[in-house]
Amino acid sequence: MIQFDRFQLENGLKVLVHQDLTTPMAVVNILYNVGAKDEHPDKTGFAHLFEHLMFGGSVNIPDYDEPLQRAGGENNAYTTNDLTNYYCQLPAENIETAFWLESDRMLSLAFSPKSLEVQRKVVCEEFKEHYINKPYGDAWHKMRTLAYTKHPYRWMTIGASLAHVEQATMEDVKDFFFQFYRPNNAILVVTGNVKTDEVKLLAEKWFGPIPAGKPYQRNLPAEPKQEKHRSLDVRADVPMDMLMMTWHMGGRFDENYHATDLLTEVLGGGASSRLYEQLIKVKQLFSSISCFHFGTIDPGLFVITGKLVKGISMSVAEKAVLEEVEKMKHEILDEKEVQKVINKTESMICFEDMSIMNRAQSLAFYELIGDAALMNEELEKYQAVTPLKIQATAKSIFEDTNRNTLYYYSKNMA
Amino acid sequence: MILDRTNAPLIKDAVDFDIQIKPYQLYTLDNGVKVYAFEGGAQEVMLLDLVFSAGNSYETKNWVAPATNYLLKNGTSTKSAFEVNDAFEFYGAFLNRSCFNETATISLHSLTKHFTKVIPVVSEIIADAVFPENELAIYAKNQIQQLTLNLKKGDFIANRFIDEYLFGIDHPYGKYSSETAYNQLTRDDLTSFYNKYYKEGECTVFMAGKFPSNIESILNQYIGSLPLNKNVIEKPVHPIVAATQKKYSVVNDPGSVQGAIRIARHFPNRHHPDFAGAQVLNNIFGGFFGSRLMSNIREDKGYTYGIHSYLQNHIQQSAWLVSTDAGKDVCRATIDEVYKEMAILRTDLVDTDELNLVKNYMLGSLLGDLDGPFQIIGRWKSYILNGLTEEYFYNTIKTVRDIQPEDIQELANKYLQEDDFYELVVY
Repeated sequence: MIQFDRFQLENGLKVLVHQDLTTPMAVVNILYNVGAKDEHPDKTGFAHLFEHLMFGGSVNIPDYDEPLQRAGGENNAYTTNDLTNYYCQLPAENIETAFWLESDRMLSLAFSPKSLEVQRKVVCEEFKEHYINKPYGDAWHKMRTLAYTKHPYRWMTIGASLAHVEQATMEDVKDFFFQFYRPNNAILVVTGNVKTDEVKLLAEKWFGPIPAGKPYQRNLPAEPKQEKHRSLDVRADVPMDMLMMTWHMGGRFDENYHATDLLTEVLGGGASSRLYEQLIKVKQLFSSISCFHFGTIDPGLFVITGKLVKGISMSVAEKAVLEEVEKMKHEILDEKEVQKVINKTESMICFEDMSIMNRAQSLAFYELIGDAALMNEELEKYQAVTPLKIQATAKSIFEDTNRNTLYYYSKNMA
Repeated sequence: MILDRTNAPLIKDAVDFDIQIKPYQLYTLDNGVKVYAFEGGAQEVMLLDLVFSAGNSYETKNWVAPATNYLLKNGTSTKSAFEVNDAFEFYGAFLNRSCFNETATISLHSLTKHFTKVIPVVSEIIADAVFPENELAIYAKNQIQQLTLNLKKGDFIANRFIDEYLFGIDHPYGKYSSETAYNQLTRDDLTSFYNKYYKEGECTVFMAGKFPSNIESILNQYIGSLPLNKNVIEKPVHPIVAATQKKYSVVNDPGSVQGAIRIARHFPNRHHPDFAGAQVLNNIFGGFFGSRLMSNIREDKGYTYGIHSYLQNHIQQSAWLVSTDAGKDVCRATIDEVYKEMAILRTDLVDTDELNLVKNYMLGSLLGDLDGPFQIIGRWKSYILNGLTEEYFYNTIKTVRDIQPEDIQELANKYLQEDDFYELVVY
C-alpha cells in the first residue's frame, strides 16, 4: 500500500507526495500529459526531440544538468506514445534545487538555436543507432504502419522519418512548448525523505507563479475496427527470418485490460510459458519468442514475435503460433496456471515498488489515467481475473480479421 | 517579494554528507558456506545470491563455464526443464544465473512468503542438475543463431575485439563465443565442470531483503547440507597477452551508417592506490552526463547519441575504456576529440568549480546507490569478491573528498596518454 498526499495549485498543477523516511534521498518527477500521439502527422518525433531540448537551458538557468549534479543529483527522461516523463533523484536535503530547475524550465525554455541544432543531430544519431544500424531495426516502424491506419500510434516516438526531425524549426519548438508544457498539463510527484508541508511551500514558491495555459483538449482519431487480416512481406539483410504478429486490444480502461496482461504472461512470460515450451523446446521452430502488449492508454496491440530456427518455413511457424493462440480461445485454463501468472504479477509489483523512483513514476502514471490511488488497487484487479475471463478475452482479441502479420525474411534465404 | 530565479537555492555539498555503509550480518552454515546478509526494506521480498567459483577462468575448453551455468536449471533427475522453471514461476520467483570471469552465480528473487517453497528447488539444481542432451542441443543451436544475429552489430563485434586486443584470446577477459565453441560442447564437458565447480564447489551466499523468521535453519537445511566447500579449488593463472598492434579499423557491414568506436588501455585493479583517484578523473573525462566527452562530442557537436568512459569491473586487472557509436562520417573527428580531451586534462589544471561538481555528483550518486537492501548487499558483494573491506569504501570517499586539481593532472599524465591506448572502429 503506497500512501500519498495530494493537492493542486491554482494554476492547475497537480502535486502528489509520498513519504519514505528510510531513505536519505528524494525523487522529483514531472509528467507532462503529451506524447508522440499528440504530434502532427507531418511533424512526428517532436515530443521526443522536445524532451532533448528540455535539457538545453531554461529562461533563467543556462544549464539544467550542472546545478543538479552539483547538488549530488542525477536525472533522466523518457517519451512514450502517451506521455513525457522527467525525473531526478538527489539527496533530500537538496530538494529545493530540483524545484528551482524544474519550475524554471516549465516557466520557459531558453530556446537557444544552438541547442536545437545540436539536439536534432543527436536525435538523428539515436535514430540511426536504434532503428537503422540494427538488424530488424525497422520492424516496429513497419508494424505500426500496418496495424494502425488512423490513430497516431501508427508512428514511433522517435518519429516516422529522419526528415521530420531534421526539419524541426524554432517556431515548432515554441508552439509545442506553450501548448503542452503548462502547469495545468502536468503532474508533479515528490517521493522520499520529504514532508508534505515542505513540499507544499516549495511547490507554491517555485511553481505557483507559472501561468496556466489553455487547456489541451485531446481529440485523436479512433482506429476503426479492422475488417480483415493484413500482412506485409519484408526482405532485408538479416541472418534469420522473423515472424511478428499483432492483434488490436483494448486500452488502459478496457474491462479486459488485466486479463489481457495475464494472457501475455500465460503465453510468453518466462521459460514455463506456453509459447516458450511448445515452440522453442518441444517443436523447436523458434530460437526466441516473446509475447507482450503495448500497455498504452488508447487501444494498443497484443504482440507475439519470434525468430525462426534456420530451415523452418514461415508458414509452419505461423501455423504453430496460431494453434497456441486458438487453444486459448477453446480451452479454459486450469486454476493453477492462472494462479501462477497472478503470483508472478504480485511479485513483479512488489519488486517494482522497492525504489522511491519507481513509486514516483507509478503514482504519476496512475494520476494521469485518473487517480493515483488506482495504483493500490492493481493487485486486486489481477487477483479477480478468472480462467473464464481470460478465455473470453482471448476470444475477443484473437480474431483473424483483427490480426496484422509481418513476415520478415532474411534476404539470403529468399 | 519577487522570486529570484537566477540564483540557485543553497545546497549542502555532498562532500559534507556523512556517508556510511551499513554493516552486514555474517554467519556460517554447517558445511562452511558463508552467508552475508542484510535485512531491511519496506517490501516483503528478498534476494538470495549464490556465488560459485565457476567463472570462465576455470574452464579448459571454450564456453563450458557459461553453458554449464546457463543449463543449470534445465533439468534434474526428477524434474524436466519445464518443471524446474514452473516450480519457481508458480510462486512468482525469478531464478537467474550469470557467468562471469572468476565467479558464476545463481540468483533467486522471491516474495518472502514463498521463499520456503522455492529454496528446495535451488538446492536441487545445485545437487542434482543433469544437463539433458537435448537441452544442450537446443541451447547450442539457439545460441548460434543469436550469435549470428549479434555478429551483424558493430557494437557487439567492437566489444569482443577490444577485449581480445587488451587481454588476448586465451585469457578469460579476452575470449569469446564462436559457432565452433558451441558445436564442440558435450554433455560430459558440462557434467564434469558441474561436479567440480557447483555440486562440490566453492560457494558464498549473499542475501538481502525481508527474511522469514527461521532463515538460518532454512538455509542450513537446504544449502548447509550440500557437499560444498569441501575441496580446495585451485585458482588458475592466466597470463595477459596483449596485442602489439594498437590501431584497428574493421568493416563488418559496408552499408552501416555508424561506426562503433572503442578506445582502451590497461589499468590496475581496485587494490592499486591510483584506482579511486582515477575514478574521479574518469568522471571528469567521460564518466557521467556532464563529463567533458559528453559536453563536447554530444552536447556541442552532436556526433553521437552518447559517449562514455569507464573502468572495467575486473578482479585481476582492469582496463580504461571509451565507448561510443558515432555517425560514419564523423568517427575520425570523434576519435580526434577524445584525444584532444585527454591532452587538455594533461596540460591544464581542472577548474576547482568543475572538480567540486564532480565530487558532489559522485558522492550524491553513492548515497543513492546505497539506498535499499539489494543495493547495500550488492556493494558488499563486490568488495568481498574483490578482497576488499569497508576500509576501501571509506578510503574511496576520502580520496574523492580530498583530491586536488594537481592530483588529477598527475593522474592524467600517468594514464591518459594517447600512445598507451588501443583504438578500434567497427563500421
